[in-house]
Amino acid sequence: MTIDWSWIGDHTDDLTTLTFSHLQAALSAVLFGLLISLPLAVVAHRIRPLRGLLLGLSNVLFTIPSIAVFVLLLPVSGLTRTTTVIGLTIYTLVVLLRNTVEGLDSVPAKTKEAAKAMGTRPLRALLTVELPLALPVIMAGVRIATVMSISLVSVATYIGDGGLGQLFTDGFQRNFPTPVIVGVVLTLLLALVADALLVAVQYVLTPWTRRRA
Amino acid sequence: MYELFKNLGDWLVSGEQWTGPDGIGHRLAEHLQYSLLATLVAAAIALPLGLLIGHTGRGAFLAINLASFGRALPTVGLVVLVFLASGLSMWPVYVALVALAVPAIVTNTYAGMNAVDPDVKDAARGQGMRWHQVLFQVELPLALPLIMTGLRLALIQVVATATIAAYVSFGGLGRYVFDGLAQRDLVQVLGGAVLVAVVAVVLDLALSGLQRVLFRHRPA
Repeated sequence: MTIDWSWIGDHTDDLTTLTFSHLQAALSAVLFGLLISLPLAVVAHRIRPLRGLLLGLSNVLFTIPSIAVFVLLLPVSGLTRTTTVIGLTIYTLVVLLRNTVEGLDSVPAKTKEAAKAMGTRPLRALLTVELPLALPVIMAGVRIATVMSISLVSVATYIGDGGLGQLFTDGFQRNFPTPVIVGVVLTLLLALVADALLVAVQYVLTPWTRRRA
Repeated sequence: MYELFKNLGDWLVSGEQWTGPDGIGHRLAEHLQYSLLATLVAAAIALPLGLLIGHTGRGAFLAINLASFGRALPTVGLVVLVFLASGLSMWPVYVALVALAVPAIVTNTYAGMNAVDPDVKDAARGQGMRWHQVLFQVELPLALPLIMTGLRLALIQVVATATIAAYVSFGGLGRYVFDGLAQRDLVQVLGGAVLVAVVAVVLDLALSGLQRVLFRHRPA
């Protein structure tokens, strides 16, 4: 199995397009996942009986195979990018929901009482006290969800999308390993870079956690 | 939409769909064979590794990074890569499934071992237990619930991903998904997908039930 370096040189434009398309699918999924799981997590955190239900439901969604999710969505959204993003979003929900609930749980009761005693209204306390303090745990979830999504995008190649995953189908059909190797390496790099960027974002967003170091 | 679900129902319950070499019965058996064998091999590799890392406390960095790397590795790419290297054999399927399962088992085993109270280990050593006695009689039983969680997680992922065997021309329930996609037969595709999801959920429930029966004498 040898790498045809000239193929890579001839296809830099395609590779750039696929990489960006790949990244766009994964990041949209994480973004939508956050938009859905943040309010749900607040509800699950406040209303105990709903907590088990919501977390259990997201766990069941996780047991459905990714290829099956994409395929099950075909009657709804067809062979489109929308299907890819919906499928990936469903997968991010498990991690994001669980971590956000755990993050909110980890906020010390005394801090919340102090905010209340100072006359902070509930919504303001949530936005300016609880969510910031829950951020490290939420960010841990965002990192896992991002890396997972980046790896999963390629599954959508079966429904005609899939970003860098298209390189796998291409290499498979032509019995030509170079695009496959390039696809795997680029996916790993993308995950690595995205993860490092998220660590940096968390560092910037949570200055109070730095003093310990 | 209604028509589709009606056809799907017919597809799933019709008798001829369940028998013969292309039947659901045979495909289901193949699917279970790939999944269980891959999970067993992965456990044989990952359990000793996780126990060793957890017991010695060395290589924790490796365990955590292995998990992250495993999550990032695109399974489809791995299958195709091994297929192109090895030709038509079962290698691509098993390599990809084992690679998928190992990180989940290693990290959970390590996490379970790491969560064992150091005082308990000290007490065991203070009573004159040898290292293997501490490992197998103290740490392992205490870490078992988390180890089981890792095995369950790995099995679910493997069952879901074993669909891929059909992509490199083998059997399993993925056959319906890929054949259906190729023939533009949505009912068949959905039938395959539903069956895989059901198998994953049922196996997970069965394992968690087994776990509850085995460890009922212990607080969760």
